[in-house]
Amino acid sequence: MASITLEGLKKSYDGKIQAVKGIDLEVADGEFIVLVGPSGCGKSTLLRMVAGLETISQGELRIGERRVNDLEPAERDIAMVFQNYALYPHMTVFDNLAYGLKNRGFKRHDIERRVADTARMLEIETFLTRKPRQLSGGQRQRVAMGRALVREPAAFLLDEPLSNLDAKLRVQMRVEIKQLQRRLKTTSLYVTHDQLEAMTLGDRLVVLNQGQIEQVGTPMEIYTRPATMFVATFIGSPAMNMLPVDYLKERGANGVLDNLPQGTDIVGVRPDDMRMQAPAQPHLVVESTLELLEAAGAESHLYVRLAGSEQPTVIRTSGQPPVAEGETLRFHVIRDALHPFNRDTGQRTDC
Amino acid sequence: MVENRPWSNLFAHLILIAGVALVLFPVYVAIIASTQGPGQFLRGTLPLLPGGHAIDNYRAMLDTGLSRAGAPPVGLMLWNSFIMAMAITIGKLAISLLSAFAIVYFRFPFRVFFFWLIFITLMLPVEVRIIPTFQVVANLGMLNSFAGLSIPLIASATATFLFRQFFMTVPEELLEAARVDGAGPLKFFKDILLPLSITNIAALFVIMFIYGWNQYLWPLLITTDPDYYTVVMGIQRMTTAADGDPLWHLVMAAVVMAALPPVLVILFMQRLFVKGLTETEK
Repeated sequence: MASITLEGLKKSYDGKIQAVKGIDLEVADGEFIVLVGPSGCGKSTLLRMVAGLETISQGELRIGERRVNDLEPAERDIAMVFQNYALYPHMTVFDNLAYGLKNRGFKRHDIERRVADTARMLEIETFLTRKPRQLSGGQRQRVAMGRALVREPAAFLLDEPLSNLDAKLRVQMRVEIKQLQRRLKTTSLYVTHDQLEAMTLGDRLVVLNQGQIEQVGTPMEIYTRPATMFVATFIGSPAMNMLPVDYLKERGANGVLDNLPQGTDIVGVRPDDMRMQAPAQPHLVVESTLELLEAAGAESHLYVRLAGSEQPTVIRTSGQPPVAEGETLRFHVIRDALHPFNRDTGQRTDC
Repeated sequence: MVENRPWSNLFAHLILIAGVALVLFPVYVAIIASTQGPGQFLRGTLPLLPGGHAIDNYRAMLDTGLSRAGAPPVGLMLWNSFIMAMAITIGKLAISLLSAFAIVYFRFPFRVFFFWLIFITLMLPVEVRIIPTFQVVANLGMLNSFAGLSIPLIASATATFLFRQFFMTVPEELLEAARVDGAGPLKFFKDILLPLSITNIAALFVIMFIYGWNQYLWPLLITTDPDYYTVVMGIQRMTTAADGDPLWHLVMAAVVMAALPPVLVILFMQRLFVKGLTETEK
């Protein structure tokens, strides 16, 4: 159990390419932090720096009160779950779990007790004598989790642990990981590119882009008040629509856009906030042509093209609206649903 | 093949059977010859059915050998060959495993240079360097010793290269997982890399053992004391008996005995291959 402190953490290769460009982050004891971002944003590199598998070019990393920059991974009191699990293929599940304990000089009966406890918790007792090859993907995932849990480390580091599972199992394991973390209250850093995983798992999210933090906050903060255009379009599915203010004013804004904050030249609207029914409050009206209707059962995605503009836009409605492709549709957006941004800085303008 | 064409099937089998017969016939002749009495070969015809002297011939060769031709008992030569082949095999495996481990997993200056240095020696067969090697071994006083027989043949680029290729296919996450689990480099080597390489080790063991067993020129050069003769070179000495015709029935008994150990090694190691192939997964 420990907090993790990252101070100005940087990673550069050959002194030139900067993969991580100065990360400051304070992870509280027992907190579940999700690092999320598109591929190549440096999230895995950052996690591996915390683990000690990548050297830290600059900055300071503390686990608890201890500076661990120059410590070997084994000395940092962390455990890691790898994307491809990295189970030792020639060892049984029991030996896989016990290996780290053996190397740390635990007594034999302690090892057996700990492995048995962990196996019971993860419901893998029945395959302790099997080799990883004889297990299904989900079972291997559990063993990989078990190998991390059995050591009772100060922090868990998880590098896209669910991305090799099929969709159904992923949802199930997601729930289990969340419950497990709630119960054990171990500080955890979890890397994913899946924004749904990020939203549902994390106490706080860290959205990364090109080696820098875009925003840190609780999932709901990030969803309801994205700090930058990048976060706005990255979190949420389908992605937030970005509508230029000039365009909206040309089409008749009814005064809704009159008191936007200084510097706003583009506004974001979530696909759910573009309504087909006109609300009572003052609102914008957007005319568009329906290009594609995607019916997903409980909800439908309408891919439209705005009138007098080439801009593709997505709308989400519940159920199946009685519309046909090619039809002209009117959408209504109220003032509160607008997220004002400045296009050049990419920053939110009302904070 | 999916189609069922009886004639082409029959034809293919005939060719295969003819090929097998062609390869096996000399072996058969050797075995038959080793069961004949002393007079058989002087008549000029090669017998194709077993004679009744098998036990006598083999016992004579194992215990006393052809002292007339200056060859020690085959039993001793088999033992010498076995020690030489095992020393070469184990030495080669140990050195090549460690050097491949160093080249793949450690960053040190001139790493690539050393790799290429090892790789280039692949192109130099023993015969090319045999005179200088002999000089070195002679100056070190290792003539007529097991050390002289085996050490110069231990350095192996082939095995190093093959292990390097194998180590590069081992996922890097395994090393990282082991590091997180508190295993140092040697522990990783012993606990993870070696068990994973067991199939490759078994395969190379067979190849290297046969390579060592079949050494002919090198033992011929550096041994003058019959106590250190190996069986492959010893057979050659038997055939060049000074007085009269070679005693083919006895020579053939020695040949059959010399051919057996490699066969046994293959049979034994084959079980390991299969086991290794079915039990590990990268």
